[in-house]
Amino acid sequence: MTGATIFGLCGAALVGLGLFGAIVNPQPLRKILAFNLLGGGVFLMFGVIARRGAAAGFFGDPVPQAMVITGIVVAFSATALAVALMLRLFQLSGRIALTPEPSAEAQSRGADG
Amino acid sequence: MTVSLGLDIGLAILVLSVAVWTIAVREAFASVVGFVVYGLLLALVWVRLWAIDIALTEAAIGSGVTGALLLGAASRTRHAKAEPEALTLIVRLAVAVFCALITAGLAAIVFLLPEPAPTLAPDAAANLSTVGVGNPITAVLLAYRAFDTFLEKVVLLFALIGVWSLAADRNWGGAPALWQSPDRNGPLTFLGQILPPVGVVVAIYMLWTGADHPGGAFQASAMLAAMWMLTMIAGLTHVPRISSTGLRFTLVVGAAAFLLAGLAGFYFAGAFLAYPPGYSKALIIAIEVVMTISVAGTLVLLVAGPPERGERP
Amino acid sequence: MEMSIARDVFTILMVTAGAFFFLAGTIGLLRFPDTLTRLHALTKADNLGLGLVILGLLPWANGTLAGLKMIFIWLLVQFAGATVAQLIARVVRHGETQP
Repeated sequence: MTGATIFGLCGAALVGLGLFGAIVNPQPLRKILAFNLLGGGVFLMFGVIARRGAAAGFFGDPVPQAMVITGIVVAFSATALAVALMLRLFQLSGRIALTPEPSAEAQSRGADG
Repeated sequence: MTVSLGLDIGLAILVLSVAVWTIAVREAFASVVGFVVYGLLLALVWVRLWAIDIALTEAAIGSGVTGALLLGAASRTRHAKAEPEALTLIVRLAVAVFCALITAGLAAIVFLLPEPAPTLAPDAAANLSTVGVGNPITAVLLAYRAFDTFLEKVVLLFALIGVWSLAADRNWGGAPALWQSPDRNGPLTFLGQILPPVGVVVAIYMLWTGADHPGGAFQASAMLAAMWMLTMIAGLTHVPRISSTGLRFTLVVGAAAFLLAGLAGFYFAGAFLAYPPGYSKALIIAIEVVMTISVAGTLVLLVAGPPERGERP
Repeated sequence: MEMSIARDVFTILMVTAGAFFFLAGTIGLLRFPDTLTRLHALTKADNLGLGLVILGLLPWANGTLAGLKMIFIWLLVQFAGATVAQLIARVVRHGETQP
């Protein structure tokens, strides 16, 4: 049982945790946080595969490591877009929830430019 | 059971505990703080996995910039009324069993990984001298798989366009309103005057040394983005209007330079994004410099959000 | 041989003292009654703890430049920590004085 295996199990647990949080929690911000946890777990498993590919004088296979760096940046951009959508929803409807609001309230509120 | 193995187990348990707390805690703000702590601990895990470049990126972008984004979101929605729990206990238990099954499957994969592990490290090492850089990850990002990095830059721009498109029609062209009413004489002004020069020097160093040692363009751009955000939060510079040509040029020039280098590769070296021999390191550094500036601006504007003040105040 | 034993003992002593100060700061964070006293415990004890840990690691640095970098990191952490503590204290004070 090497260190890499331990972190691989940690990554697997993070994937499960993140998925659970994304499905169960009703607030969008908590779902976004759970998605990031899920992404971190996936990256960790990539990193374990990279560590196991240590050869030719490197301590890790550089190709999966570069993919994880790309993934972190793309995950941030997706999070930024999701947060902007959530804030706009909050601005327009006054509540952050993914369930539709009762139609009487929606009609009385009207549309905000 | 060596000391380093004990350290790894302790670190993994710590990461999982913070993750569980992030999901389980009631307040959104506490959850975001837990997420930032989780990101920093994850950076330590990356160091233990001998992936220093990833550790820098995770600490800078994954924990730092994402943390700033989520803290802003949590503080803006803190007055929203809490929605009642939507799922019953039975459904939550079923979801928990489902997630546990997925975790078990992934854990089985970890144990069943092939031994000896397949790796591209010898291929990467063999061509490193041709590329001219010493850091294999920089070589992968900007030479072997430069197309991926180019597309990643474009994805960032698309996300920014998506965020900008959420502005109300009357606000289009204005400035994001995230950092308002700064306290001109506060301690933050002091920090905003002392820290940015240090941060810019560190960023330039990370960019330059990324050719041969851990570092690189994305880490440097996250540092630059943090310094610019600091000056804006402290009120020392204005948040730019999104209709300003200088801003738009800065954002686009990274991807444009990459594309130009790619198209020039047709003429000089026979394929898209091929570098002519002997010039590859210079080209890589040039592309990295331009990309760092663009990505830094994109990161800051992604955190700032859509414009909320019109062109004419 | 003597020098390396002295170096190991020095490192162990300094890092243990630093860890003790971190522990003291965390106990203060958990046990003190309100935000201002907690801030006080955190900034003072944690900065001193970090300084002692870095002092203990200095004999292992690869050259003067690496040692200077570690001291620089300590200064930066102090700087940022002090500013953030001031900001939090201001928020707390404004929250208390507002009706």
